[in-house]
Amino acid sequence: MNIDSIKNGIVIDHIVAGKGMDIYKLLKLDRLDCSVAIIKNVTSRKMGKKDIIKVDDTIEIDVDVLGYVDPGVTIDVIRNGVLVEKRKVKLPSTLTNVIKCKNPRCITSVEQELPHIFKLTGSGDNQVYRCAYCETKAE
Amino acid sequence: MRSVISILDLSVEDLEELISTANGIIDDPAKYAHKCDGKKLATLFFEPSTRTRLSFEAAMYELGGNVISVSSADSSSAAKGESVADTAKTVSCYADIIAMRHPKEGAPLVASLNAGVPVINAGDGGHNHPTQTLADLLTIRREKGRFDNLTVGFCGDLKFGRTVHSLISALSRYSGIRFVLISPEELKLPSYIKKDVIQKNNLEYIQTAEFESVIPTLDILYMTRVQRERFFNEEDYLRLKDSYILTPEKLKRAKKDLCIMHPLPRVNEISVAVDDDPRACYFKQVLYGKYMRMALILKLLEVK
Repeated sequence: MNIDSIKNGIVIDHIVAGKGMDIYKLLKLDRLDCSVAIIKNVTSRKMGKKDIIKVDDTIEIDVDVLGYVDPGVTIDVIRNGVLVEKRKVKLPSTLTNVIKCKNPRCITSVEQELPHIFKLTGSGDNQVYRCAYCETKAE
Repeated sequence: MRSVISILDLSVEDLEELISTANGIIDDPAKYAHKCDGKKLATLFFEPSTRTRLSFEAAMYELGGNVISVSSADSSSAAKGESVADTAKTVSCYADIIAMRHPKEGAPLVASLNAGVPVINAGDGGHNHPTQTLADLLTIRREKGRFDNLTVGFCGDLKFGRTVHSLISALSRYSGIRFVLISPEELKLPSYIKKDVIQKNNLEYIQTAEFESVIPTLDILYMTRVQRERFFNEEDYLRLKDSYILTPEKLKRAKKDLCIMHPLPRVNEISVAVDDDPRACYFKQVLYGKYMRMALILKLLEVK
């Protein structure tokens, strides 16, 4: 299968196989006018299989969303056919309006206009997102 | 301008300062009787409470200040659908400081982000209740003389008991603390508190459903009520409410200087016969709560 190489744009690489479509939706790439390619199940030496998204424009990516959904991805920025930047994403310290608190006792359950804010807590393998209001763990 | 939403909003140094002020008030109340002349406290209680609201109001009156009050959600604009943020902005125009209790977790935090005056969390659902923890800490300091090297037993509802969660967080900052967590399976301490608080601070703890056998090991026994309002299911409440009841019989093998605490109100988890035991500290705890609220009001209003 051939996908044209990009002249000016970005490549979201090392997506866990099967998550490409989720990322496409979360980043609202369906709203773009430019060409967007989702390539699924690409053979990868490191990952076995991976998904890749190519966007034919240098758009701003919401790195926080990306870091939360799949912290292993990399973002390659391409200009004039040359890789000019390779960004690794990490778990963001705060997530705003990405996920919703499911605790029925949380103030956000009754006050719909409040932003849903989650903070990254813990360290190492024990890092979890907790609601900034009620401290309930994100599901 | 500072608010207190969680006990962890106060550093160990802050706690020492508050305890020192509270002890100063106990020793010489007249010296503090006019410290808050001309200041107003708004008590916004959107959930039933007797002692916490009265304690805040008594605290402000004893400092020479005044109190304006909302004592239920039905009698406020919240009944008309006003948001917590708008309520906080409005009340900030009338009062110098706000004490808020709310059934929804996080509501006092929302208030503090919108109010133009300091906000004290007076209890938000099953989440935080920092001023109860201040009362607990002053009781421990006055009864035991220290916060370190203590074996502290918590008994009853450790799952929904916000006072338990806050006190564990506060005591976890001191060394040599050992927790004994006594509860039925359904009301065990949430695992995130064990992981993020107790284990993170490398403190020793045991979890047990057995009450009587661990009593002799304790320096402090913190009893809690199984709260009807925290259950979605009445059957679960009725099945668990009498799980652990403290009686003079069970206290026979306890240490002579055990400190028995309870955030009150009690239902039947401490037999009335225990009240005459010199180790029963729960009514002193109520009084100490008022002094710590006085100290906190002074600190947040920056009154010297």
